[in-house]
Order: sequence, then C-alpha cells, then structure tokens
Amino acid sequence: MALKFDQTTQNARILSVGAYRPPRIVPNSEIVDRIDSTDEWIQQRTGIQSRHFASADQSLIDMATIAAEIAIKRAGITAYQIDSVIFATISYPYQAPSAATELLVRLGNTKAAAFDISAACAGFCYGVALANDMVRSRTSKYVLVIGGEKLSDFTDPDDRATAFIFADGAGAVVIGPSDEVGIGQTIWGASAESREAIVLEPSYLEYKNNPGKLDLGWPNISQQGQAVFRWAVYEIAPVALKAIEAAGLTPDTLAAFIPHQANERIIDSLAKSMKLPDSVAIARDIRTTGNTSAASIPLAMDALLIERPDLHGKSALLIGFGAGLVYAGQVVELPPKAL
Amino acid sequence: MALSQDVVLAGIKEIVVEVAGIDAGLIAMEKKFTDDLDVDSLSMVEVVVAAEEKFGVKIPDDEVTKMATIGDAVNFIVANGK
Repeated sequence: MALKFDQTTQNARILSVGAYRPPRIVPNSEIVDRIDSTDEWIQQRTGIQSRHFASADQSLIDMATIAAEIAIKRAGITAYQIDSVIFATISYPYQAPSAATELLVRLGNTKAAAFDISAACAGFCYGVALANDMVRSRTSKYVLVIGGEKLSDFTDPDDRATAFIFADGAGAVVIGPSDEVGIGQTIWGASAESREAIVLEPSYLEYKNNPGKLDLGWPNISQQGQAVFRWAVYEIAPVALKAIEAAGLTPDTLAAFIPHQANERIIDSLAKSMKLPDSVAIARDIRTTGNTSAASIPLAMDALLIERPDLHGKSALLIGFGAGLVYAGQVVELPPKAL
Repeated sequence: MALSQDVVLAGIKEIVVEVAGIDAGLIAMEKKFTDDLDVDSLSMVEVVVAAEEKFGVKIPDDEVTKMATIGDAVNFIVANGK
C-alpha cells in the first residue's frame, strides 16, 4: 500500500540573519612574531588585517546563542516557533550529543529537531540547502541554520600555514515560508580525492591507542594552502555560475556576492572568473573577521547588510568551499529589513 | 600541431600581466617569477591555472615548484602541450 505524504510544496526564503563576533580583536601584529611573518605579508596573501578570538571561557555555544537570538528576534518569531536547528561546525569539542541540542537548551526550546552537519567551510550553504528542502516539503516551518566556529581552539599559533587565517564567530539565519521562491537550487558536490588537503587530526582513536604518547600533540587544523587555493580558483567559479543559472539569473543581474571568506585573493579571483560587473556588491568581511569557516558567510552577510542596507531583499550568490574538499552554492534573496 | 615557444611566451606574458599586473615589457624568458617579477606563490598558482586552461596542458604541483623563470614555464608547456 502506498504511504501518505503531503505532496504540496511551500516556497522558502531567508527571513533574517544574526551575527556575533567575540569582543577581542586580534591584529596581525599579535600573530606575526610566533610565525616569523609580517602584517604586510599576511595582508598581501589573504587580505586579513585583524580577526576576533573568543576568550577561554567563551564557548562556541555562547557565541552561537547570541547570533541565534538576534536572528530569531529579527524574524519576528520566538525560539518556541523554531521547528528544526541545523548547526554547521567543525569546532564543537564533543562527538555527542550535538552542538545543535546544546543550543536548543540555551534557547529554551528543547523540543525542536536538531542536528549538526560537518561540511567545514561549505557547512552553512549545506545547511541552507537542507533547510530550504525541509520548508519546501513541509517537514518544518521555521528552520534555524547556524554556522559557528571557535577555530582558535584548533589552530596552532606556531603553524606558519594557518595561524594567521582562522578565527572565531557565529552567524545564524532563520529560513521559513515565503510567497515567492527565495532560495534557488543548490549546486553542490565534492573533490574528495583531495580530502587530505585540509585536515583536523589526530583522531580520538590515535590517543586511545597510544596512551601517554605526548608527541601526538593537540588536534589542530593543517592545510596545504596552495593546493586549496588552486582548487578554489579553478573549480569553484564554474559551480558559482551554475548556481546563478539555476536561479534563472545572470552574473550582471545579481545584486551581491557573498562567498566563504577564505582568502581575499580567492574572492577576487572568483569575481574575475565569473566576470561580475562592478554593480555586484562583494562581501569582504575577511579583512576584519578572518576565516571563520562555517560562520563566515552569515557573518559576511550581516556585515554587508549593515554597510549596504539597500541590499535587503535583493539577490545574493552564496558559495561555500572547504575541507573535504566539499562545496555548495545557491542564490538567495537576502532577508528583508527586520520588523 | 605542437605549440611554438613564441606562441607560448606571448600567452604566458598575457597571463602574467593579467594576474600580477606586471608591465609586459619586463617579461622575458630569463626573468625569475619571484625575484624579478615579484610574482608570489598565490599569483603563481593563478598563472598556472590560467596557463593550463589556455594551453590545455596539466602542470602538476611538483613541476610548479621547479618553475623559477618564465622560460621554465614556457619550456614545460612547449614540451608537454599538444
């Protein structure tokens, strides 16, 4: 016997965005001594001037809670109306239970569906894709998508390849019902043959199997910067163009481009490859926020809307790419001005 | 038909001008990417990606690290291009 499933669909959109950056601003001058580098070198290679680090007693969930509360308030709903929470992160320090359920407790709504996703710097766009499908198929009315990272916990301050890149922060969006289509089709995939290019290791089992072996060290992110850069500038522009086409737009009809804030040189290269005209606003939050992995796109979205309030409700291409190597991109309508 | 050195040099010149904003007149076979032209490692990656596309040739990472001069890049492409 065929099962019953409501076949009607519901359009979805981003209703609001919220962002939180921890108060401590860390300029390049605080990073350079331990990696024998200079402010100029870091700015030239990445565009980063400063970033924010959370304090030792400020957790990933502390940051995520503030971002989530802002997004929920701006959406004009309450935490109790959230049906599902999708938490994209690679820096929650527990395998189980999930970051999403800790966030539920903090938000005071312990009944929503909640889970984490591991798609690194593409995590936020993966979350938007899932949330869109959940609202469309009516399995949820309001979905909270969080990208949050405390990467300072998993970055070696002496690693010349990563110490100046990664940072902390959290961004959130509420995705819910809409009259019109507010989220275009997601173009996503992987280049998993290169999964060794960005790793966070050793695994828990290596510690268990090597008790007392001190040189295993703390698990930190390591990255083959040039290989990742090459992949990003070569593979991601075609994905971005497909996402624009899938949404029925062209690069010159787009209002904004909000890519994962990995490196300003990658952002420039993507914009050039896509032949984005000057009319397209490009998010460059990396300059003062660094690379916050899953948090970077919602943080950059919030910053761009503060700088350019005229972009509320306009179209923006989001594209995330990172460890896996995985990627996802979609065109969205930016959230309207808060009620 | 194999690519001639002149064609490849002209193509590389165009790419380096575009990627690194260097005056075309400064670019010659013996010029070193890093020391003479101030092309850093990330710009080098962009040059390589653009050259692969332009000449339909695959330039592996370990070959890139060996390319010190414009001439090294041109010769690799001439030898390995179609």
